[in-house]
Amino acid sequence: MTEFVIIMLVKMFVIFGAVMLTMTYITLAERKILGYMQIRPGPNRVGPWGLLQPIADGIKLFLKEDIIPDNASKAVFVIAPAMALIPAVMTIAVVPFGPEVSILGRNVTLFMADINIGILYIFAVSSIGVYGIVLAGWSSESKYSLLGGLRSSAQMISYELSMGFAIVGVIMMSQSLSMVKLIEAQKGVWFIIPQFLGFAIYITAAIAELNRTPFDLPEGESELVSGYFTEYSSMKYAMFMLAEYINIITVSGIVTTLYLGGWHGPVLPPLAWFVIKLLIVVFFMIWVRATLPRLRYDQLMTLGWKILLPASIVNILLTAVFMTVFG
Amino acid sequence: MAETKNMILNMGPQHPSTHGVLRLILELDGETVVKLTPEIGYLHRGVEKLGENLTYHQFIPLTDREDYIASLSNNLAYCMTVEKLLGLEIPPRAMVARVLLTELQRIASHLIWLGTFGLDIGAMSLFFYCMRERETILDIFEACAGARLTINYFDIGGLRKDLPVGFEKQVRDFIAIFPERMKNDYERIFQDNKIVRIRTEGVGIISKEDAIDLGLSGPLLRSCGVPWDVRKSNPYCGYENYEFDIPTGKTGDVFDRYLVRMEEMRQSLKLVQQALDRLPGGAFLADDPKICLPPKQKVMTEMESLIHHFKIVSEGFEPPVAEVYHSIETPRGELGFYIVSDGSNKPYRLRFRPPSFVNLESLAKMAEGKLIGDLIAIIGALDPVMGEVDR
Repeated sequence: MTEFVIIMLVKMFVIFGAVMLTMTYITLAERKILGYMQIRPGPNRVGPWGLLQPIADGIKLFLKEDIIPDNASKAVFVIAPAMALIPAVMTIAVVPFGPEVSILGRNVTLFMADINIGILYIFAVSSIGVYGIVLAGWSSESKYSLLGGLRSSAQMISYELSMGFAIVGVIMMSQSLSMVKLIEAQKGVWFIIPQFLGFAIYITAAIAELNRTPFDLPEGESELVSGYFTEYSSMKYAMFMLAEYINIITVSGIVTTLYLGGWHGPVLPPLAWFVIKLLIVVFFMIWVRATLPRLRYDQLMTLGWKILLPASIVNILLTAVFMTVFG
Repeated sequence: MAETKNMILNMGPQHPSTHGVLRLILELDGETVVKLTPEIGYLHRGVEKLGENLTYHQFIPLTDREDYIASLSNNLAYCMTVEKLLGLEIPPRAMVARVLLTELQRIASHLIWLGTFGLDIGAMSLFFYCMRERETILDIFEACAGARLTINYFDIGGLRKDLPVGFEKQVRDFIAIFPERMKNDYERIFQDNKIVRIRTEGVGIISKEDAIDLGLSGPLLRSCGVPWDVRKSNPYCGYENYEFDIPTGKTGDVFDRYLVRMEEMRQSLKLVQQALDRLPGGAFLADDPKICLPPKQKVMTEMESLIHHFKIVSEGFEPPVAEVYHSIETPRGELGFYIVSDGSNKPYRLRFRPPSFVNLESLAKMAEGKLIGDLIAIIGALDPVMGEVDR
């Protein structure tokens, strides 16, 4: 029992630390990649190649004055960033970074937990994150924030639905909700091939869920200044940013697990494969950000309800038909 | 049912997409703009009044600060008005150089417009590509005048100084790269993008009749299908001798405004090419010692020139008693200067018609009943420069 607790604690710190570190460097990578795509060097002043930039950013945000607007509902205003950040961190628990390995003679799994309802857990927890954004928008007592909050609540509800339907196809094929079983089911063929439609729907909906370009309406700079976190500063602002980037990692991890075969791959160790695939998905999201403009609010809704949702239902039907026919 | 109330949103003067200090008071029903009231004046500097207290030469730098995105066009409009007042003949080299440089300025201005329009609808990368090409044009201006933004290169009677050594090569280099950059870096990434299309097509439509009634000019008017351009309808600087087309749109929506401006850049490039091919040698400033500053060399060596220089700088010149109006086509539309001279060395009244100010009046008509996202695209396509609006 003691051994189990110690192993879990160590894993907790290692995974949390690794994710936080990756997250900070994804912010740098994003700025660098965007920079190169936009014929400019990106951050290059703090440390070699700007490698210390995330740390400088962190210190800067930490030292900023923490402003709470006079008219804001203070309790909600303070709780909102935490409500965005905590679910983001919680979802990492079920992301399977690797299979069981042997460290110091003990069998250790490279994930926190393999619960038999892994996917449902992720959906349930990440939905709470939406409240953080909505409440931030409502409690700030700023009109831009309010509009941002409204936009995000509508957007997240519509996209969560098609996201949920999109993965039903994967679940049907693997006959399990457990993340580990899902990966094991992809030993032969990665689900991206039979489930390509589902993959396309999922990644579109996931980008929308993450509020990233071209679905960054809740914070659309040119329209709503900063959307729901217009009034936030200092660490509260940083918490929204942390949540956003941790969510990027989580979503990339889920995409890797569901569609890209998880840790499967030749030659390299499983963990390396998982990380490589995860980073490719992250790169894809940054690439999209550099390329696409923003959709309009009503067009976003149209896309969600009239295209993605029917498409995901068609995907379920097709999967069912194929599974019945080819057994 | 509960009673609903429209929300008043005060957008600007500090807002990322109001292009400076435009303030819009929006009445919103959800995300729909019910009523829009533009409020201007945050950049008012009283330039017209200042003009009454400055000599004719002294006013030129202030024109730079009106439409600061296209300062050479403003220089040109003012200088030509004063030249009309004086009846001054311009040497051919200056004429051609003026066409060449203002067309380059038009490209630079449209590039800024394209970049910021991209930012407005969320396409970030385009901005940097546009800035890269604009940089090349600014380098040309810098070689000419020493300045990049407030260029102040045109003078009453011609150019402030002669075109620099290596000017022709610099311009030819630009002509060589630009069409390809336009095609690959702007149109392929932006125009062919599905999201750009649905964000711009059918948005902010204004009818031909409304556009004429409101007195719109420039690409905004041409996008409605009215082929009206001062360069064609009332040629100046010898535009009648150049070969170029006036692109027009069909529907008058935001996408048409984009297409018109893109085609204008191509036409401007054609004009630059033609002007460069026919650029004659000779004087760059009219030979009128009472009006045009003598070259520094002569000021240092000749008594006569020294006196002229002193007179022009200290008290300027005295034009005949008259009223003149002259307008040119700037990147934003018709810019006209109206000068009333009472025979003294300063204008009695100086007034100008900035295209952005007039074009801005169409904003409410185009945006009411549309979503906030549309409003941003419409402002972007309007391309207002607040320095010019507020004066």
